[in-house]
Amino acid sequence: MYQYDKYDQQMVDTRVAEFRDQVERRLAGELTEDQFKPLRLMNGLYLQLHAYMLRVAIPYGTLNGKQMRMLGHIARKYDRDYGHFTTRQNIQYNWIKLEDAPDILADLASVEMHAIQTSGNCIRNISSDQYAGAAADEIADPRPWAEILRQWSSFHPEFSYLPRKFKIAVIASDEDRAAMRLHDIGIQLVHKDGELGAKFFVGGGMGRTPMIAPEIRDFVPADELISYAEACLRVYNRYGRRDNKYKARIKILVHELGKEEYTRQVEEEFAHMKTLGLNPPVEELARISEYFADPAFDTNASDDLDLSDPDFNLWVDQNTEKHKQAGYAIAVISLKPTSGIPGDASSAQIDLMADLAEQYSFDELRVTHSQNIVLPHVKKSDLYTLWQKLDEAGLAPANLDLITDSIACPGLDYCSLANARSIPLAQKISERFADLGRQRELGELKLKISGCINACGHHHAGHIGILGVDRKGTENYQLLLGGSAAEDTSLAKITGPGFDEDGVIDAIETVTDLYLKERQEDERFIDTYRRVGMAAFKEAIYG
Amino acid sequence: MKIITGNDLKTGDVTWWTGSDWSRHVEDAVDVGENFEAIMQEEEAARRVNVPYVIEAEMTEEGPRPAHIKDRVRALGPTVRLDLTLKPADPEAGNRVV
Repeated sequence: MYQYDKYDQQMVDTRVAEFRDQVERRLAGELTEDQFKPLRLMNGLYLQLHAYMLRVAIPYGTLNGKQMRMLGHIARKYDRDYGHFTTRQNIQYNWIKLEDAPDILADLASVEMHAIQTSGNCIRNISSDQYAGAAADEIADPRPWAEILRQWSSFHPEFSYLPRKFKIAVIASDEDRAAMRLHDIGIQLVHKDGELGAKFFVGGGMGRTPMIAPEIRDFVPADELISYAEACLRVYNRYGRRDNKYKARIKILVHELGKEEYTRQVEEEFAHMKTLGLNPPVEELARISEYFADPAFDTNASDDLDLSDPDFNLWVDQNTEKHKQAGYAIAVISLKPTSGIPGDASSAQIDLMADLAEQYSFDELRVTHSQNIVLPHVKKSDLYTLWQKLDEAGLAPANLDLITDSIACPGLDYCSLANARSIPLAQKISERFADLGRQRELGELKLKISGCINACGHHHAGHIGILGVDRKGTENYQLLLGGSAAEDTSLAKITGPGFDEDGVIDAIETVTDLYLKERQEDERFIDTYRRVGMAAFKEAIYG
Repeated sequence: MKIITGNDLKTGDVTWWTGSDWSRHVEDAVDVGENFEAIMQEEEAARRVNVPYVIEAEMTEEGPRPAHIKDRVRALGPTVRLDLTLKPADPEAGNRVV
């Protein structure tokens, strides 16, 4: 894992001191809310439905046990004993007091964490593949590149006031586990003629105008990756709209200019960038990469597993993934128990996950955009003990990628932007489909729920998506089908008129029943939907 | 009726204007009629409230009930964690919000 150097630490400590002074001035009346609001947002502090909400950055979703334990400490000391892991691999606290915020940031800084650039029209936390450094299918570790992008984008003077917020994802395998093409910039590391480089996809996103990022370049040499990203941003910063926030994202610019014209301008800017010598020094690339060297794997570790415990067998089958190192597995901790709140974890659960990471995963954890936690490097011989400890703490639902492993935004229960509640719907769906045998019969089924058009719950990318809307003062839910955030990226389409809460759950059951009736061989839900088409599903739902 | 709501500056707690002070309980809110601008300006300037705004509500036997669901959720707390609301002992509190 990356470790702060003296410059990183100084930057973060200085920001804490600066914000402490700003908070004191606000509480003393020297700053109005209008003056203070942009300052607190720069430090991730929102004013939400019930209280201040603090969003803490977890760079590319990676953290160690000490950092995880600090997240538990903050939940216990300053919040209401829990945290909410988000769809951007961050964590949010919902009950923060303004007067505590500087102390929280100081606590975070003590473990090399912060909340900088988790709000505002700047480059947000870089996201990545939660299996980075462990996945059997990656061509390189994307984390050094995510870290270089983090350093480049932190306090970047030219990109602190972009037309709108800006999100970047980096992956390094053909399987996309990071919704890469639904980001403002999606970067896929690739090899070409033996050289490492990157494909660039620009102009994706969800929100009120969902778009899949088109590929604008099939290969940028790795050492020029930052310059190319800078060129992409410069063109956006120059021409992105600032007169209408709903048309200010880069996806609108790319769409309106056209991919070819946008790309032409980026290439022109890139040619200029190359004359400036702004590529990171090779030694710096090497220094950062060293932090992400493989841990000391036991090369004699056995692949044998005793699967005689049927519950353990199910969990291994559903919640572990193939590791690049023989004798090891990637273990996914589901934060989606039946009737639970997707992404929520108590301080005790957070502490336990920190302990387990230290004991069984070389002190590493990852947060996924699906609001789960990953222990990336678990020796197979430790899996049974690990599973038992998780199970005791309610952290072993064997439902990864099944219908109850839903993504849900905080919705109207917490968010001031939301129009409808998301969490109760996720809870009731998890109850309706609680039978694990039934879930496994349905197979991979990505259910994603947003409480408003801003799409924090990724409803556009759900095999089944739900969008909560306000219909004359009451909650109403639109059902969408056919989305995917994976390498077969697609945008879901609305089935038709919306439903009340019970109605949309019934409609989901109708849809899954039709899928079971129509599917061929090993087709996933999304495959059957694409083959059969929307009409058959609409007919089943609406008659 | 019109009632004023906002957040406590220090804690962020949702608060309601009682006619002379701020309460965490919507039941204590009073009808301010059209006289809300002056109250909001004075109270915000004195830092007794943050980001106040006026909403429509109806008077019920239990007191003022905000017209919009968003404000009813604000008045109670998250319907999915009754233990974190102002009515943790009332299992039906969340249902009445809808």
